[in-house]
Amino acid sequence: MRWLRNVWHLGRKEIASLGRDTVLFLFLVYSFTFTVYSEATGIDIEVRDASIAIVDGDHSTLSRSISAALRPPWFRPPVLIDRADLDPAMDSGRFSFALEIPPGFEADLLRGLQPELRLDVDATAMSQAGIGDSYIQRIVLDEVLAFLKSRGIEADLPIGIVVRAWFNPNLDSIWQNSLMSVVEQITLLSILLVGAAVIREREHGTIEHLLVMPVRASEIAMAKVAANGLVVLVATAMSLMLVVRGVLTVPIAGSVPLFLSGVLLYLFAMNSLGILLATIANSMPQFGLLATPVFLVLIMLSGANSPIESMPPPLRLLLQGSPTVHFVDITNAVLFRGAGIGVVWPQFLALAAFGMVAFMVALARFRGMLARQG
Amino acid sequence: MPLDASTCVVASSLSHRYGATTALDQASLTIPTASFTAVVGPDGVGKSTMLGLIAGARALQSGELTVLGARMGDKREREAVFGRIAFMPQGLGRNLYPTLSVMENIDFIGRLHGLDDADRAARITRLTQATGLSPFLDRPAGKLSGGMKQKLSLCAALIHDPDLLILDEPTTGVDPLSRRRFWALISALHASRPSMTVLVSTAYMEEAERFERLVVMDRGRILAAGPTREVIAGTGQASLEAAFRMLSDPQWRGDALVIPPRIERHDGPAIVAEGLTRSFGDFVAVDHVSFTIARGEIFGFLGSNGCGKTTTMKMLTGLLPATGGRAELLGEPITQPRLEQRLRIGYMSQGFSLYEELSVRANLELHGKLYQIPADGIGPRVEAALARFDLADFADVLPKSLPLGIRQRLQLAAACLHEPEVLILDEPTSGVDPAARDLFWRRMVELSRDGGVTIFVSTHFMNEAERCDRISLMHAGKVIAIGAPAELIERSGAASLEDVFTGYLEKAALEAGEEPAGVLAETAGLPLPGPPPQPGLVAPLVRIAAFARRETVELLRDPIRLVFALASPMLLLFVFGYGIVFDVDRVAFAVLDRDRTAASRELIEEFRSSPWFEAHPPLTGEADVGLALASGRVALVIDIPPGFGRDLARGHRPEVAFLQDGAKPFQAETARSYFENVMLGLMARSMAETPARPAEVLPFRIESRYRYNQDFRSVFAIVPGSIMVILALIPAMLTALAVVREREIGSISNFRVSPASVAEFLIGKQIPYVAVCFLSFLSLIALAVLQFGLTVKGSMPALLLGGLLYVFATSGLGLLVSSFARTQVAALVATAVIVVVPALQFSGYLSPAAALDGTGYWMGHLFPSLWFQNISLGVFAKGRSLAALAQDLAILSLFGFVFLAVASLVLKKQER
Repeated sequence: MRWLRNVWHLGRKEIASLGRDTVLFLFLVYSFTFTVYSEATGIDIEVRDASIAIVDGDHSTLSRSISAALRPPWFRPPVLIDRADLDPAMDSGRFSFALEIPPGFEADLLRGLQPELRLDVDATAMSQAGIGDSYIQRIVLDEVLAFLKSRGIEADLPIGIVVRAWFNPNLDSIWQNSLMSVVEQITLLSILLVGAAVIREREHGTIEHLLVMPVRASEIAMAKVAANGLVVLVATAMSLMLVVRGVLTVPIAGSVPLFLSGVLLYLFAMNSLGILLATIANSMPQFGLLATPVFLVLIMLSGANSPIESMPPPLRLLLQGSPTVHFVDITNAVLFRGAGIGVVWPQFLALAAFGMVAFMVALARFRGMLARQG
Repeated sequence: MPLDASTCVVASSLSHRYGATTALDQASLTIPTASFTAVVGPDGVGKSTMLGLIAGARALQSGELTVLGARMGDKREREAVFGRIAFMPQGLGRNLYPTLSVMENIDFIGRLHGLDDADRAARITRLTQATGLSPFLDRPAGKLSGGMKQKLSLCAALIHDPDLLILDEPTTGVDPLSRRRFWALISALHASRPSMTVLVSTAYMEEAERFERLVVMDRGRILAAGPTREVIAGTGQASLEAAFRMLSDPQWRGDALVIPPRIERHDGPAIVAEGLTRSFGDFVAVDHVSFTIARGEIFGFLGSNGCGKTTTMKMLTGLLPATGGRAELLGEPITQPRLEQRLRIGYMSQGFSLYEELSVRANLELHGKLYQIPADGIGPRVEAALARFDLADFADVLPKSLPLGIRQRLQLAAACLHEPEVLILDEPTSGVDPAARDLFWRRMVELSRDGGVTIFVSTHFMNEAERCDRISLMHAGKVIAIGAPAELIERSGAASLEDVFTGYLEKAALEAGEEPAGVLAETAGLPLPGPPPQPGLVAPLVRIAAFARRETVELLRDPIRLVFALASPMLLLFVFGYGIVFDVDRVAFAVLDRDRTAASRELIEEFRSSPWFEAHPPLTGEADVGLALASGRVALVIDIPPGFGRDLARGHRPEVAFLQDGAKPFQAETARSYFENVMLGLMARSMAETPARPAEVLPFRIESRYRYNQDFRSVFAIVPGSIMVILALIPAMLTALAVVREREIGSISNFRVSPASVAEFLIGKQIPYVAVCFLSFLSLIALAVLQFGLTVKGSMPALLLGGLLYVFATSGLGLLVSSFARTQVAALVATAVIVVVPALQFSGYLSPAAALDGTGYWMGHLFPSLWFQNISLGVFAKGRSLAALAQDLAILSLFGFVFLAVASLVLKKQER
């Protein structure tokens, strides 16, 4: 009872200090609104708005209809360029793809000579290269088949392929991007806010004062976890409702309360990690440098930016210990696939376990830090 | 140049406000050249503000101020006169760099003022000899005692032979012996350089009395100014302390504090220490200290700075475990986790340790709640405390904006709020004006005599020590004398308690062989006024070099930070290069076969045998499809319709449905291209077996050429990109605290009163970080080549130049954030939030820059990462030449200069 009451009083103090820092508050708002919005709309992990150049040596009906078929939203209107400009244009990164239609392509096709097209792919655009390649092949195939059909030549494939994407029928990247951006912001802020709050108290000597009061180290640590967690939780809920669902009109399939409980567990885990890092660093500059690689690795290897399935097996195993990986799983499962607790309980359990361990270790180190304080 | 060389400072109608509070109200003042002036007044009346204005550290708001002939409102005249002023701000050693040695601290200020090597060395030798610091040249400033810090600050201030020396409360918190020596030094200095004007503020009236001129201030106004004797005589009082009380409160009748005798109690001692010892490594801070303090006693604790007083007090509060001996509080041994015990103690630490971001009232309320005062009792008790400690006027103000003395009152109010039985007060009256100190003592006497509270208090004021029931003298971790004040004077045969004290300390210091007092007598060896340094054309470069040098030394003294700056980029590159793979393989799939014919089995087998797919147990009904996908167990369900085999054989073109998990669009798209390929292969083979159809399934071929990365391996694209991401974050995080931290710690005041410009300050700070980050860049190139097998296909000079310009830009961004952030926390968070998204998402790293849209397009193009990504990827993967990258390099170079220019505009040299 007294424990809870003290956590409550100390927690309110934490929130009051956060509220005093206007610059900090503005950046919190900025990161959960503008950043989420621009990340959702600004990038396309799949092929969308891909830039493509066409070297049209054929100038035929077919070559023009292929060019016309490469259209938004997948491709920007193709730019016709000369053969000579192809290399410099690709070098400068202006185009991710360049399709070369040889002279006499249409005529050779009609004669059944199986002419060859050439597609240049900028393979440094990892996320687009492979997918874009198959997109272009599919589009060209459709155009060629339609063209042959119009000339009375039967050339249809023997099996029809019907593709249906569940949960996100158009494979719209805004959905995924907006949520992953929210995950990114939570990760970043949950580590930095709470850790910096601990270091700040230490540098200002206020933590020493708390220690002569009838409060326990666990109350101080829990108050920090709870208060900073609450701030980020509210920001997340607002971001989800106003930005993701409101402005970006992403349909949320699953239960928002279930998702927010997942956020709560995640925040517990990450805030504990933040305190742990703060007990390792001796000063604010050291903390900044210590926290940066940690949140960068957690974000980059969360499965939101590049697929976990493709990582080397030892790393995949290691990443089972990353709370961010489990949280990304929860986000995808609950918000997209409408999964219930029956499906995501293992992830919830993993987060809770990580949180408990991190909090215990952080608390032990925190006590040690306080003892050294004097 | 002054028309009249006999006046040093002329101020007329100076006013200064902080928000709604008026700090200075129409203050006018003239200080003659070569005079020796003390500024006295209660806390928070504008003394520091006025000194800050005269020193040029604060921006003039209204009124006229001429210092050494320069109008301080005029930027050019002000900058020119900085070389002739020295300013020591309030707070013990606040303008020192704790990790720098004594030598380096002085040396830095000397360089800042453009003194050449030989000159500097000579001046440092003379100054440190005169102040007795010469044996400690290599000791870090953070490890000096209070008195030594004070002397070091003074040496740094005097290195450039100022014509005006301004000291803001230089002796606050310094023990009597060090104080005595400090003033002896100042007078000797003045004697050896009579043309120097000295302006000092102080809270010690007996010190102020020795000055030839006085300025008495109250509530932002100057009450009296003139020769000291005249000022005192004008009030009809004998001492300055009395005169001061008279001036600030004409109703004051000089009622001296009378302490009623203590009533002996017989309920056991309040505090017992027996052989209490605390060592830190080899250093014994407290060495077998023993004493017994009775209940209700006021026990004074005296000693030089750093003698172990604070450590002893911390052990008694349970903050610090003892390494030896035993201590008892109220009959119970002191153990750390005993919460009930803490309810009975009130503690006030030496530094301000309440929350700066909570108002005075909120701080007290928080105390009340944590000390379990019932909710309905907190309000009245807080109000009573506000009234009792004269804090009512500041109840809703943040402590940050309050002067030291009022903050101390708040701390005492907080310590007493829960009516503890024992009060442990660590220098509660340091920096507090006489009237407030009197208030403090009245309250303490009430608590002790009426409430039976035991008070354990440390102080540097002898008149306070005289008020204690008993005092103990501590030196170098040991108690050297203990007893009632009168008894101690009698025992040693000295004239006053101060003489007793200094006598003991001088004896102990001599025995320990430190700071031989004889040096002070050799004041003839003090610096002779040399010619002031001539500002030349190279002066800005010299100052930049001074800042850069200092920052470098600080960075080198913090090896953890240096290691992080160099090692974590390599670690990150290793992890990213190894872990970020965009090749999707082993797509998990399950089949819902509703046909169960040879044809459907052939199709399934085609997928089973593909290396790109991983088969999961087949599904039995349509109901399973949803669950399989929702659980994320499989990413693909292949739904083969009934009659598939029959329709295929008849050429009826059956349709197979591929149901994908769309939650991860990238994986879904990639999987789609895979299964289309598998299907095309399957169809080609089945058609080859049907003679009726052409051998080729497709009427044409597409040959895809994967440029720059033939094997389409992630590592060739990810490694150059990861270098870009790492060098965006690490340099920015390194510099993000560079300015805001100096502001929080206080050392920025050196810059404020130096002849250096904001740009010189920032460039100087940036240079070492650019160097460290460039070194880190080179290590990343090496790692990319040696570990990941990348080759620098394009222009190496372009890559190196690009890297240099990039770390210049990103470290500049950190400095920019640091210039506008108010707290270190905000600077860290802001930097991370600003950098992470454009560097990761809008730079062409994870998705091509050519596909950026809307705000993302602009965020990408208005951030240096995108341009460096072009260079890094261009040189590593595409083999581009310097000429081909000229445009990217040019644009990249702009960022660094723009960030620096904006930071120079945002950061104001003078304080508001």
